[in-house]
Amino acid sequence: MLKARIIPCLDVNDGRVVKGVKFQNLRDADSPEELAAHYEEQGADELVVLDVSATRQARLAMLETVEIVRKQLSIPLTVGGGVGSVEDAGRLLNAGADKVSINSSAVRNPDLVNQMSQRFGAQCTVVAIDAKMTDGQFQVLTRSGTEAEALNAVAWAAEAQQRGAGEILLTSFDRDGTRSGYDLPMLTAVTEACSLPVIASGGANSVAHMVEAFEHGAHAVLAASIFHDGNMTVNDVKRELADQGISTRTLVS
Amino acid sequence: MIEIINTGVANIRSLQAAFDRLDAQWNLTDDASLIESASHVVLPGVGAYSAAVQQVDQRGLRSSIVERINSGRPTLCICLGMQMLGESSEESPGVKGLGVLPCEIKKFGDDVKVPQLGWNTVTPNDVSAKLFYESGEAYFANSFRLGEPPDAASGWNYATTDYDGSFVSSVWKDGVLACQFHPELSGPWGQQLLKNWINGGLS
Repeated sequence: MLKARIIPCLDVNDGRVVKGVKFQNLRDADSPEELAAHYEEQGADELVVLDVSATRQARLAMLETVEIVRKQLSIPLTVGGGVGSVEDAGRLLNAGADKVSINSSAVRNPDLVNQMSQRFGAQCTVVAIDAKMTDGQFQVLTRSGTEAEALNAVAWAAEAQQRGAGEILLTSFDRDGTRSGYDLPMLTAVTEACSLPVIASGGANSVAHMVEAFEHGAHAVLAASIFHDGNMTVNDVKRELADQGISTRTLVS
Repeated sequence: MIEIINTGVANIRSLQAAFDRLDAQWNLTDDASLIESASHVVLPGVGAYSAAVQQVDQRGLRSSIVERINSGRPTLCICLGMQMLGESSEESPGVKGLGVLPCEIKKFGDDVKVPQLGWNTVTPNDVSAKLFYESGEAYFANSFRLGEPPDAASGWNYATTDYDGSFVSSVWKDGVLACQFHPELSGPWGQQLLKNWINGGLS
C-alpha cells in the first residue's frame, strides 16, 4: 500500500532558507543543504524547495542551491518558484531536481503543463495551486498570492490533470502561516475533482492537522514551520501518525 | 566503471549523485562498444516509452543492451528502463520493447490514483533465491507496470508491491537487476541496493 508522505518545505531566497507567514515577513533561518540533510535524517519522504527570490541574480543562485542539495539528498526533490518555461524546468532538472512545480506561469500559459509533461513526463510535472475562499469559491491566486485570478482552483486542478500534470501542490492562502490546520473543504473539493495525488499545504501546526488532511484525501502533507521550529521531528510526526492508523515510510536506522 | 546509457530523455542527476555518494565511478555514454565491454551498465528511464525505445534504436544500442542482459552481466534497469525490457507496452502500442523479459507492460487500473507517486513496500517473492536487497520501502513514480510475473522457466526472480492489486516491482537474474522504483531516490535502503548491485548481490 502506498504510504502517506511527509514533506518539509524550504523557502529559499538567494541561497538562504527563509520562513514565510502569509508569503511575506520573511526571515533567515538556515542553509538549504544543512536543513535538507537534517530533514532527510529525520525521515522526510521528499523535500520541496521553493524559490522565493525576487531578482534575476538570486534566481541564478537557485541552480547552485539545487546542485548542492542534490549531492546529499537520496529522497525526491521538488523545486518550484519562478519557473516560467520548459527551459527553466529543464535547467532545474539538470541541476538535480526530480520534479518541478509550476504556478503563476501555468495559469498564464496552461500549455506549459502540456509541454513540460510531454518533454519530461507527468511524474516531473507538479502544478502548484495557491487559492483562497472568495464568494463561496476557491479562487486561484498567483504571484505569491498578490494577484487574484478569475479561475476556480477545483476546475484548474482538473484541467491540470487533463493537460498532463502528475501531482498537485495545493496551498491554502487563508490558512498559510495561521497554524490553524489545512483547508479541509478545499482539499476535499480538489481531491474529488481530480484523481492526481494532492499535497496539502498551508496551516499545519500539529499531527492532528495532518491526520485530518489524510482523512480528507491528501496523499502527502507539506509543512514548514512545524519542523523549522524544532518542536517536532518528522519521525515524531510519523510515530504519532502510526498511532492514528496512518502508515508512512519507516525510518531505516 | 559504471556506464550510464544516455537515452537523452532521462533525468539522471539523482542517479549520478547516488553513485557519487558510494564513491562509484560513472560515465555517461551512448557508445555501443562501451556498453558491451563495461563491467557495469545502467539503463535509466524517465519519460515516454516510445521516445526511450526510439532513442536506444537511433543510437544503435539495442543489440548491445540485449546481449548484455541475455548473458547476465551486471546491468541495472530503472523505472522505464525496466519496462523497456518487456515485449511491448500499453503506453505505446506497436512499439517493440527490448523483449528480454517475456512480459507486457500494462497501465494501472482506474481504481487507483495514477501515477503511483510515493513510497511503497517491495517484497522479494522467493527469499531463498539470490537477492540484491531485502524487503523495504521504495520510491515509485509510475503509471505503467509489468502485467504478470515472468514465467518461472525464464529464470527471472521477482519482487512484488501492492498497488491496484499486487504487481511485479522488480526482476533480477544473474547480474541483471531491474526496478520499477527509483533506488536512487529511496533513501538509505535504495543506497544499499545500489551498493549491493555494484558488489554483485546481497552479502
